[in-house]
Amino acid sequence: MSSESASVKVTDLRALIRRHKRWDTIFMLVGLVALMIGVLTFAALFVDMAIDGLPRLSYDFFTNFPSRRPGQAGILSAWVGSTLVMIATAFFAVPLGVASGIYLEEYAAKNWFTDVIEINITNLAGVPSIVYGLLALGLFVYQFGLGQSILTAGLTLALLILPVVIVATREAIRSIPQGIREGAYALGATQWQVCRDHIVPYSMPGILTGVIIGMARAIGETAPIITIGALTFIAFLPPAPVTAEPPFISFEWLFSPFTVMPIQMFNWTSRPEAAFHQNAAAAGFVLVLMTLAMNGLAIWLRYRLRKRIKW
Amino acid sequence: MAAVPGDISVTPPSGAMAARLAHRRSRILREKAIELLLFLAAMVSVFTTIGIVYVLVKESVVFFQHVPLLDFLTDTQWTPLFDDAHFGIVVLLSGTLTSSLVALAIAIPLGTLIAIYLSEFAPFSVREVAKPFLELLGGVPTIIYGYFALLFVTPILQWFYPELPGFNLLSAGIVMGIMIVPYVASISEDAMRAVPMSLREGSYAMGATRFQTAVNVVVPAAFSGIASAYILGISRAVGETMILAVAAGMQPNLTFNPLEPAATITAFIVQVALGDLPHGSVGYQTIFAAGLTLMLFTLVCNVAGHVLRKRFRESY
Repeated sequence: MSSESASVKVTDLRALIRRHKRWDTIFMLVGLVALMIGVLTFAALFVDMAIDGLPRLSYDFFTNFPSRRPGQAGILSAWVGSTLVMIATAFFAVPLGVASGIYLEEYAAKNWFTDVIEINITNLAGVPSIVYGLLALGLFVYQFGLGQSILTAGLTLALLILPVVIVATREAIRSIPQGIREGAYALGATQWQVCRDHIVPYSMPGILTGVIIGMARAIGETAPIITIGALTFIAFLPPAPVTAEPPFISFEWLFSPFTVMPIQMFNWTSRPEAAFHQNAAAAGFVLVLMTLAMNGLAIWLRYRLRKRIKW
Repeated sequence: MAAVPGDISVTPPSGAMAARLAHRRSRILREKAIELLLFLAAMVSVFTTIGIVYVLVKESVVFFQHVPLLDFLTDTQWTPLFDDAHFGIVVLLSGTLTSSLVALAIAIPLGTLIAIYLSEFAPFSVREVAKPFLELLGGVPTIIYGYFALLFVTPILQWFYPELPGFNLLSAGIVMGIMIVPYVASISEDAMRAVPMSLREGSYAMGATRFQTAVNVVVPAAFSGIASAYILGISRAVGETMILAVAAGMQPNLTFNPLEPAATITAFIVQVALGDLPHGSVGYQTIFAAGLTLMLFTLVCNVAGHVLRKRFRESY
């Protein structure tokens, strides 16, 4: 009697275990499928863009201005504009971001004011990019009178990626062991000497990773640049930064109207003709390659960093 | 050097000593100057916030002098650029809400599943490859996703449902959801990884499977982190611009049907910015009022997410 009930229980138990294990396997497959959906979407996006765009990619595509005839249109003004805007962005974002990071990690006292700065940076990271565009439109374009120029775009994107650079800098600095600082102080170094000779050099790879990720984000940003009123049809280049007569370097390009890659792509995408969509795909393909290369570089840098540095 | 014990009188420094003191003073001065510079750099982000609030509020105040707040909240038409101007933000909010809901319906299940899989099931090698890959997916410019929604996803959807218009909230929402998946997955996974191993080991020791451990132990323990991932996902969806501007059309449309085209708050701002609106006109101020609405919404989301995440950090 008792042995019979025990055997029933064992078979029940086995069924239960089998059922649980089946669920385990099913869920693992579901998880794998979910991951694959993400991966396949990305592959579809990339392949679709390549199929549509590759026939248009030629030397001429990079050296022609946009045109009303899709077959002759190119991205010359767009990639030159993107490059110049990126230079302006890096010029503002890197020193400001690194300095903020150093201040918050090495100098700031633990008080409510530092808390305010920190919470503020967290919040800024979550502000939609188009709001930065409105800030730039109201402040830089009209209040400061900078116009719809490369300088305005560079400032806007610099503010946009500032939180990324700050957070990366802080994380890199935080991973430096306290002993390094104490060693330097023990030898009589001042706080700034410690930062300049130890903190900044040691956190450089981490900072670089953050800067690259930030720049990759900036190069693909469309909304804030449209909001400041960048023109979509530009068939000229900004004045060259190097001139033939003294002082040889000109900053006129900072105040020139411009267009950038994502705006050029938006312009071509929103036209009804399919031929322009091909141009959009080609421009998009170039843009994706650029951001992938930058993000890939950042990920690779971080990976090497994790492997190599042992304090 | 006949120092008398207990003699504490100070002789005025001279010669090399004075030079060293002067050097020391200039060094302290330089240190202070550098600290001030670094502090000012840190203040730039505070000034950015102040600038955003200033610009949005300043223009919105002028806007609300033209348009009563009650009309703004209750009118069911949005025609700010017509002669018969109506300013019902509800119209734009409906588009924002509908597209965000579609996006979240994709991003939350997919993101959570991927996070659970990566954190609890995936072998080390899969995780090492998948995490950077998700990161790359999150780095793709949104205009690319917009192209993808308009010229790849919409035709596929039309194949299943031929009456679907070329611009619609559905395909924009789906692609937006896929764009958000990496964020949700990455933050949720971090939250699950932060759950102490001992909790899992306790569960395994009781004979639970990985699935049971994940659902009954890890997810509840990491819930506030996961919730903050969802909230950040919402705030991203609400603030997303280019996908909607490209694929959802820019026509204001009071609808909660994702199969229709409709404008969102962000798409409206883009539409106005693309045209030539004179500085200082009501139309120009409208985009700041719309931007203020957007900003307030995402601010609430971000603060809620931050509070949740802070709580989850403190729990272990």
